[in-house]
Amino acid sequence: MSELLKISGLHASIETEGGPKEILRGVDLVIPPGEVHAIMGPNGCGKSTLSYVLAGREDYEVTAGEALFKGRDLLEMEPEERAAAGVFLAFQTPVELPGVNNANFLRTAVNAVRRARGEAELDAVGFLKAVRAATKNLSMSDDMLKRNVNVGFSGGEKKRNEVLQMTMLKPTLAILDETDSGLDVDALKIVAEGVQNLRSPDFSALVITHHQKLLDYLGPDRVHVMAKGRIIRSGGPELAKQINEEGYTAFLKEAA
Amino acid sequence: MPAVTETREQVEKLGQSSYKWGFETDIEMDFAPKGLNEDIIRLISTRKEEPEWMLEWRLEAYRSWLKMKEPTWAHVSYPPIDYQDAHYYAAPKKKAGPKSLDEVDPELLRTYEKLGIPLHEQAMLAGVEVPEGEEARLPVAVDAVFDSVSVATTFRKTLSEAGVIFCPISEAIRDYPDLVRQYLGSVVPVADNFFAALNSAVFTDGSFVFVPKGVRCPMELSTYFRINARNTGQFERTLIVVEDGASVSYLEGCTAPMRDENQLHAAVVELVAMEDAKIKYSTVQNWYPGDENGRGGIYNFVTKRGACRGARSRISWTQVETGSAVTWKYPSCILQGEGSVGEFYSVAVTNNHQQADTGTKMIHLGRNTRSTIIAKTISAGKSDSTYRGQVKIMPKASGARNFTQCDSLLIGDQCGAHTVPYIENRNMTARVEHEATTSKISEDQMFYCRQRGLSEEDAVGLIVNGFCKDVLKELPMEFAVEAQKLLQISLEGSVG
Amino acid sequence: MNAITPISRGLAPFEGRLTGITNDVRAAAVGELERLGLPTQKVEAWHYTNLRALSGHAFATPGMVDEGKVTAALAALFGDTEALAKLPRLVLVNGRLSAAHSTTRLPEGVSCTSFATTQDFGTQSAPDREAMVALNTALAEDGVCLSVGAGVKAGAFLLISVAGAGNEDASFHPRHAVALGEGASLTLFELAVSVEDAGPAMYLHNPVLSCDVAEDAHLTHVKVQEEAENAVHLATVYADVEPRGSYDSFTLGLGAVLARHEVHAALRGSHASVHVNGAQILGARQVGDITSVILHGAPDGISRQTVRNVLMDHARAVFQGKVLVERIAQKTDGYQMNQALLLSPNAEIDAKPELEIYADDVKCSHGATVGALDEDQLFYLRARGIPDDQARRMLVEAFLTETVELVQDEAVRAFLMQRVERALKARVSAGEKAA
Repeated sequence: MSELLKISGLHASIETEGGPKEILRGVDLVIPPGEVHAIMGPNGCGKSTLSYVLAGREDYEVTAGEALFKGRDLLEMEPEERAAAGVFLAFQTPVELPGVNNANFLRTAVNAVRRARGEAELDAVGFLKAVRAATKNLSMSDDMLKRNVNVGFSGGEKKRNEVLQMTMLKPTLAILDETDSGLDVDALKIVAEGVQNLRSPDFSALVITHHQKLLDYLGPDRVHVMAKGRIIRSGGPELAKQINEEGYTAFLKEAA
Repeated sequence: MPAVTETREQVEKLGQSSYKWGFETDIEMDFAPKGLNEDIIRLISTRKEEPEWMLEWRLEAYRSWLKMKEPTWAHVSYPPIDYQDAHYYAAPKKKAGPKSLDEVDPELLRTYEKLGIPLHEQAMLAGVEVPEGEEARLPVAVDAVFDSVSVATTFRKTLSEAGVIFCPISEAIRDYPDLVRQYLGSVVPVADNFFAALNSAVFTDGSFVFVPKGVRCPMELSTYFRINARNTGQFERTLIVVEDGASVSYLEGCTAPMRDENQLHAAVVELVAMEDAKIKYSTVQNWYPGDENGRGGIYNFVTKRGACRGARSRISWTQVETGSAVTWKYPSCILQGEGSVGEFYSVAVTNNHQQADTGTKMIHLGRNTRSTIIAKTISAGKSDSTYRGQVKIMPKASGARNFTQCDSLLIGDQCGAHTVPYIENRNMTARVEHEATTSKISEDQMFYCRQRGLSEEDAVGLIVNGFCKDVLKELPMEFAVEAQKLLQISLEGSVG
Repeated sequence: MNAITPISRGLAPFEGRLTGITNDVRAAAVGELERLGLPTQKVEAWHYTNLRALSGHAFATPGMVDEGKVTAALAALFGDTEALAKLPRLVLVNGRLSAAHSTTRLPEGVSCTSFATTQDFGTQSAPDREAMVALNTALAEDGVCLSVGAGVKAGAFLLISVAGAGNEDASFHPRHAVALGEGASLTLFELAVSVEDAGPAMYLHNPVLSCDVAEDAHLTHVKVQEEAENAVHLATVYADVEPRGSYDSFTLGLGAVLARHEVHAALRGSHASVHVNGAQILGARQVGDITSVILHGAPDGISRQTVRNVLMDHARAVFQGKVLVERIAQKTDGYQMNQALLLSPNAEIDAKPELEIYADDVKCSHGATVGALDEDQLFYLRARGIPDDQARRMLVEAFLTETVELVQDEAVRAFLMQRVERALKARVSAGEKAA
């Protein structure tokens, strides 16, 4: 299979008070296995919507087009089925779950996914071993595992927690929705290393970002520019540099 | 009883058999005739070989009850109960004590097995003699009450060495009449309310606990209540007295078989804590809640009250209420002793057509008394759940403190969640704080969990358990695990 | 003999006085009243407030009040705030409209009748459930019916009740209605005061006010109750709010031996908002009751309630606040807070904030706190050199200011603050001495 994810002609809209508003207006995108792709684009261009639609958020209605993941119709699947199939979304704003212990949450998720993939579930000891290894690798303190999911976490801690979950759930496609926003350089490195550690022929990533910095660490295979709900330009890493220097204006003009 | 079996099979076919405790035990029973009158009360008293004063006490309660009206203020509705259409006495037929498990009525053993009681504990429950030293391994002493009759109490020897009395209350009335007479009805008077009066008139068994001065009860005490026979009400009576500086932790679990008619359960629990005494009373209530159409289920009308009589005494109620068709229950504390402490931690889950009106009363009489109320209410299906609580600070309760937190969670748009606190303060130095919130599980939380691979039901279970954490952590460990599972089972079918 | 006694004397004196209430309606109300009786504490809505203050009194139809005393009472009110004197006003003396004391000119677009036109009393008020409303319906003698045309920004309007019983116990039951057309706005400023030295008798003032707020209309309702120390004030207010409309109210309870301000506000249209705020300063043996039922009957509604009580001597405050969210009322945002400061060992507060919720996608919360002044704050002020009694008054005033500040109109707010300061000055020092 030459493509892990194949999106064609994807249209999606969201219900607003003034009626449905179309946000994705024909997205075409192919991500082959083992590649890291970046999507850049101005605010409101539909980057986050694309990530939510791929992960299965119900607020969005897909009105046309399709998304195939490993040849399967991704859009027909429930969010947890997508997770089990290997789609991981690192949230721009990770959700707080009061009273839900972080370690317990992680273990529940890991075992739900393992069960769905036909793998044996991890017992408490096995899980603890795995998670300790992961936290150590990510320079995280175990303390974070004892707290409630994202409750009272700083912005940086939340993002690290997302990377920890990603590491533990072993996705084949990670979608990072502006995971770098609001991070200092050290935290940025951790996110980047988290992705780099997973890099293999069986791992792809779709990195949504405004910034050059994260891409410098990651070295994406392809860069896509999104505007007004469509991919308007695709190219190599040099595209990101060009945006960094010139901004989006030139591209937008070109597209119009 | 084929009709029941048939109903159950049908229900199971429909995939609605989420109530896994809905088995019925086929054991020979000894019934009193249906109906309630002074003769029935005399019969109960005679069967229990009670002293004369006990009979008089019951009759006084019965006569008060006749003059009382069933309360209607709770946010629950159910068809009128015909109090004459029930058996007020039902007991498993007595046999000579069995020598080994083989001799025990296998039905009884199966019941315990289904209740999840470990086998060696079952042996004790069934009255099998256990070799010396064997029982010490077990951390929990159990009293099992089967349709209002205590069938077995374990660990009596270990306990009695420590000076702790733990026995069926019917036995206590015979063996420790002075103790029982001194305390019975001293916290919940015979005519306290309609259901308490009924209980006082007809209770057939329950547990009695007495922990003498300075003794820390060496193990958790536990009672399993089970309504089994058809057309019986269960009216158990529990009395726990803890003397100066002593302490006890008491667990209570309840189940009943699935039936399509409603059955009445009207228990009374009285706790007395003397100076520096501590009582922790935990309940996991899982009476049959009725089917998804609201047919059947237990009417659970319970009066629970504790008196903190001595200075610095402490009574803590923890309850996880998932069962019953209708619940009417307000475990309360009368904080009399200076510096005494009352606590109420509650999780109430209703689904389908269940109705629960539950909460607490904290009556502050003494100086520097403190109370904490944490109540978590979860409503799903077409159910209605109400927190109803009273915090009353009397003029002499200087320095009293209360903190109340009530949170309601609605799952689905066909249910209701209500909060009705009564806050009455007559002392200027007291401080009372009350907070309540009502919300639903946010779509963001659900999506986040599902994106990490959790099914909808697992996600709800996880979020609900998080919501209830402050209460669940108050439960003894083995109960906490059971309670978590129960929460999830109770909410099955409420999403998606 | 009690408040109902006049009814048994026959309805004749009242027939035809308010044509909006037909004789049939009155007769039905009498029937309801006889069925319900005066509320006792067994009635859940009156759990904390008893009407014993009414027993033993036979309430006659009130007599006349000395004109000079009425003028003096009004002067005392306006003397404090000049801005008030300039506002258009209607004045009722012992429940009857007084043309002499009212202004003749109404704001443009506002019409006012003395219930000469028919008014449907069946839609909001519930004489079949609320005995005091039944009593009012049976005995209502006078009242005003204000209506504000669509789109009219009517400004502020004063509705003043001046009362005095003289030598014979009296009761009066005015009936008011306010209707705002689409997009209209009005500030209704209601004042209830007594004349000085009226006589030894007591009176029962039992007004009912119905408010209809149309789409996009905004009604602000501010009330100050300063009745005589032996008077009984039992008021019922209904407010129905249509889409995007608002009913924003504040009540300040200072007077009467027994007072109850009962509000039934209903959000009938989506995106409506209701504020039911208030404060009470009570001393002696006063009982002050603020009771409200806020019904969310449509989606996206907002309700807010902040009530604060300052209690001295043997005073007792009651707060009952129910927020009911119907199944249809998704996205409701409801918040309620009741707080009390107890400044005397004999004061008492009884609070019952209540949530009844049938919609799942809602954000509702309530809170209640009861306590004495914060010792840390008091110490802090004293450590900065402020004398104890002044420090106490500052803290109490600050506690109340936070609620008064919820009132938007600056002139009205200034008047309220000035009433609060006056009441505190009179009562805190008296209370301190008693304590």
